[in-house]
Amino acid sequence: MRTLDVRVSGIGAWSPAQADWPRLREWLRGQGGESVPAARPAAAVLPQAERRRAPATVLLACEVAAQACAAADRDAASLPCVFASSFGEVAISDEMCATLARAPRELSPTRFHNSVHNAPVGYWTQAVHCHASSNALSAWHGTLAAGLLEAAALAHADATPVLLVVYDAAANGPLANLLGADASLAFALVLEPAADARGACLRLHHAGSDDDAATHSGIDLLRALAQPRRAHLQLAAGDGRVLEVEVVP
Amino acid sequence: MPIRIPPLAITAFTATTALGHGRAAQLDALRARRSGLRVNDFSVEPLPCAIGRVNDVEAVELPTALRELDSRNHRLAWLGAHGDGFVDAARAAIQRHGAGRVALLVATSTASIGATESAYTMLEEDRFPAALAQPQLHAPHSLGVFLDRVFGARGPCMTVSTACSSSAKIFAQAERLIRLGLADAAILAGVDSLCGSVLFGFNALELVSPQPCRPFDLARNGISIGEAAGFALLEREGAPGAPRLIGHGESSDAHHMSTPHPQGLGARLAIAAALERAAIEANAVDYINLHGTATPKNDEVEAAVLADLFPPGTRASSTKGWTGHTLGAAGIVEAVFSLLALEAGLVPGTLNTGTPEPICAAQLALANEDRALRIALSHSFGFGGNNCVLAFARGAA
Repeated sequence: MRTLDVRVSGIGAWSPAQADWPRLREWLRGQGGESVPAARPAAAVLPQAERRRAPATVLLACEVAAQACAAADRDAASLPCVFASSFGEVAISDEMCATLARAPRELSPTRFHNSVHNAPVGYWTQAVHCHASSNALSAWHGTLAAGLLEAAALAHADATPVLLVVYDAAANGPLANLLGADASLAFALVLEPAADARGACLRLHHAGSDDDAATHSGIDLLRALAQPRRAHLQLAAGDGRVLEVEVVP
Repeated sequence: MPIRIPPLAITAFTATTALGHGRAAQLDALRARRSGLRVNDFSVEPLPCAIGRVNDVEAVELPTALRELDSRNHRLAWLGAHGDGFVDAARAAIQRHGAGRVALLVATSTASIGATESAYTMLEEDRFPAALAQPQLHAPHSLGVFLDRVFGARGPCMTVSTACSSSAKIFAQAERLIRLGLADAAILAGVDSLCGSVLFGFNALELVSPQPCRPFDLARNGISIGEAAGFALLEREGAPGAPRLIGHGESSDAHHMSTPHPQGLGARLAIAAALERAAIEANAVDYINLHGTATPKNDEVEAAVLADLFPPGTRASSTKGWTGHTLGAAGIVEAVFSLLALEAGLVPGTLNTGTPEPICAAQLALANEDRALRIALSHSFGFGGNNCVLAFARGAA
């Protein structure tokens, strides 16, 4: 199967210990070390009223999306965007299911509307006035692979840079416990189809796989992007499949 | 600017809705103007509204190996996938191309949240009951996991969940993957099922009509929620008679989460992109299956866009009076209706509608019309301002 090459012209990231990509990069290189804990992402791109009310997934996704667009020096309004999350908005699904079990007519319209899987990308397109295509994906543990492949395919098919945002938020409650939604991490990449664009190259290759060879995750991709040397990753892409990613600085 | 795309053959397709199981049931009900909407009899505490419920979902028995993923959504998916021999056609395509060359692109907005809702009524010390404790069943990708086990393809596999545009967008994804050589065929599935979240959620948003929905009627007052499963198989080549996907366009309103852009900016961008990829002008479109949800705002905006972009001779209708709004499945169900319209030379009218929005009265078909159709568009404009328009051409006679 053919490979797809894209260049990473901008990166954004947020974790509870490192609130932006430069800090997380230093930490991944083993240089920073000092963690700067943040309770929630600043998400300054959102209007103030929305920022106060927004659920965790919206804050995470919008924060890293804005970082990546700024780093790439790309106008967010013109970038098609692909948002990908394994679990979606677990905290709100938990509250909704509890309400439905107890008193369904008390379901809050705001909760319902924030539970929808494409709420984060909807808030993002509104905040930055983006009229390009926007997508919201999920693929269990293959979510990062699905997001990379879809974003890279869109970039090549339409000859345009594309914003990829990958996020999952920690939550509490029975659903979060079952899913294992116990950590918050989000990152965003602006992917460029042009071979002469700046930034590291990701060479993507979807392949069949007889074993569960895929062992790498989002943090491994970020670690590879933080280093000035080649790396080869295997990302989960569903049963019997793997997305091979070669990172060429 | 979007560029012209090579058409793709749609080598198999099927739908299961409140109208019945498979293509013939859809076409019969469309011809007979027999709505699938009924008084809401779903859940222990039914709200007073009409729903598009699929018969016999409860009676579906999943094979033993799939029972750990049992849910209403998956029973409906299983029922739908076996309509019109679709599973066999998909497996034959996997044989033909090799499993690694066939993508599985699924779309849903509900996923199996209905099973999660059930689990929350039976929590044991804050834990899911054993029968519902398979974690993948409760994730947004549950439909992808389930159908992956049904079909056995090994190309790219993912779930699109952009509310009401979800299962239109998978056609665009499939076209990109095949054009770029990342797949030779794609199995597309859109499945959404009735559950408390959508019935009580849309009710809380005050978007549900107490009566069967009346798209584009001046007195319309909201949606009727439905459930459905739609499937399509896309390949580069097909029999000459197979219909073709000739264009697609996606856009974002960037306006509001639950009301459309007042001038329909996103809708206009998506229509323009679909026409450009198909390399046709608006006057080449014979039939449009409208989004037409029957909310006051959607239909007002869509009516103005329709009247502005298309000549009076273009035939257009909303089929939601038959099926209800099937949300994440609406894109593919209405794609199937568009393909049936092309094949049968039938413009389905707009059920339940008496006095339409005057601005689009020329284009809007209320009664059914028999006429030869060559090119159809299908509109999907969703929650979050997420839009997708598909363009299809009839196969050669």
